[in-house]
Amino acid sequence: MAEPNVILNNPMSASAREQELIVQVQRGQSELFYELVRPYEKRVYAAALAILRDPADAEDAAQEAMLKALANIRQFRAEARFSTWLIQITVNEALMRRRRERRAKMESIDDRGEEENDYTPRDFADWREIPSEALERKEVRQRLAQALASLDRKYREVFVLRDMEQLNIQETAEALGISVASVKTRLLRARLMLRDLLAGGWEQGWFSRLPFEKGSKPW
Amino acid sequence: MVNRESVNCERVWQEISNYLEGEVDAGLRSAMDEHLRTCAKCRSVLEGTRNVIRLYGDERMIEVPAGFGRRLERKLARGSQVRSGWATWSSWLIPLAAVLLMAGGLRVASSRTVPHPLRSEHAQPEHGIPPDMEVVVSAGAKEFHIAGCDYIHNKETVRTLTAKEAEREGYVACVRCMRKYLQSASLGRTELEVAAEMYRENE
Repeated sequence: MAEPNVILNNPMSASAREQELIVQVQRGQSELFYELVRPYEKRVYAAALAILRDPADAEDAAQEAMLKALANIRQFRAEARFSTWLIQITVNEALMRRRRERRAKMESIDDRGEEENDYTPRDFADWREIPSEALERKEVRQRLAQALASLDRKYREVFVLRDMEQLNIQETAEALGISVASVKTRLLRARLMLRDLLAGGWEQGWFSRLPFEKGSKPW
Repeated sequence: MVNRESVNCERVWQEISNYLEGEVDAGLRSAMDEHLRTCAKCRSVLEGTRNVIRLYGDERMIEVPAGFGRRLERKLARGSQVRSGWATWSSWLIPLAAVLLMAGGLRVASSRTVPHPLRSEHAQPEHGIPPDMEVVVSAGAKEFHIAGCDYIHNKETVRTLTAKEAEREGYVACVRCMRKYLQSASLGRTELEVAAEMYRENE
């Protein structure tokens, strides 16, 4: 990863306040821990949800993961990003729970199939940009969430960790225990599939089918 | 001298993700740029993919159940009470550790001895790995792994245990899936060293 990230730059470098909090918690002021994780709590939850799918399970796993992070705060090394560390712990916790559940149900633990062949995009019409302001609308967020939920697990997990949680490719591979090459293949496919699912833009296709209130476009 | 490559649509789709990550080399990038200038289909793929990444990368896309933060805060507050019990206990551990260290000649390393011999003669126990992290081992193998690691042999025989237990049983960390911990281990210090340093600072 010698080249800089072109569009996915992440401004999440640890602030001075964060560093200070980390040291304080490491020295035993655990009551400050929530303040430390609060900026990342949504991302922690989303990571657990991507793996477990059930909101209650995801919340439970996220809480447990944060307790583990607190118990192991001294293991945190300053050269890592704190948010990445939290997310990796959460992914570990969620994967562990899923394995346990599968074992209980006697399902196969190793269900990683072969990677599929290259994915061919389906929609080549001029792309209709969905502006970020559209995310103010709940139905837009829901439509995007549905599209994501419709992806196979292996694509969804990689996409969530890389594109929503902003882990880099290497970190995504480590968190999921898969190779960098698999991350790249799955990421490509996830992105192209989502693009096809959202094609037609927000004026046509899926978006026009959503109930608009007349004349109310808040963006 | 970079040869002028030329690429077709399939190649562009295949590389679109790497292109957006900034992970294609200069030759391929310029060939893709060239192609994208003239191919409306591929431009649509590029713009759409970029749009997808931007939308999903927006914080607003992550919604948590109502009351999530409050419940987490409460849970952590309970957890930190338990932990502060430990902190009280560790507060006498710190001077004790320092005394142990200052007693001189005391080999801190001896506190790391493993009751079982290491399964690999080249191995050293690793200390960047959280001791209660869940890992898996399998029959006939020497390494412990993060579950799902591609380098687990005899997958049908895997057994889950904590890293500490695995080390105690003589397993060593898989250098692939545990790499990040092994890298940090070289920079890491033992709890006793940290405790002694804190003690010196408090002096």
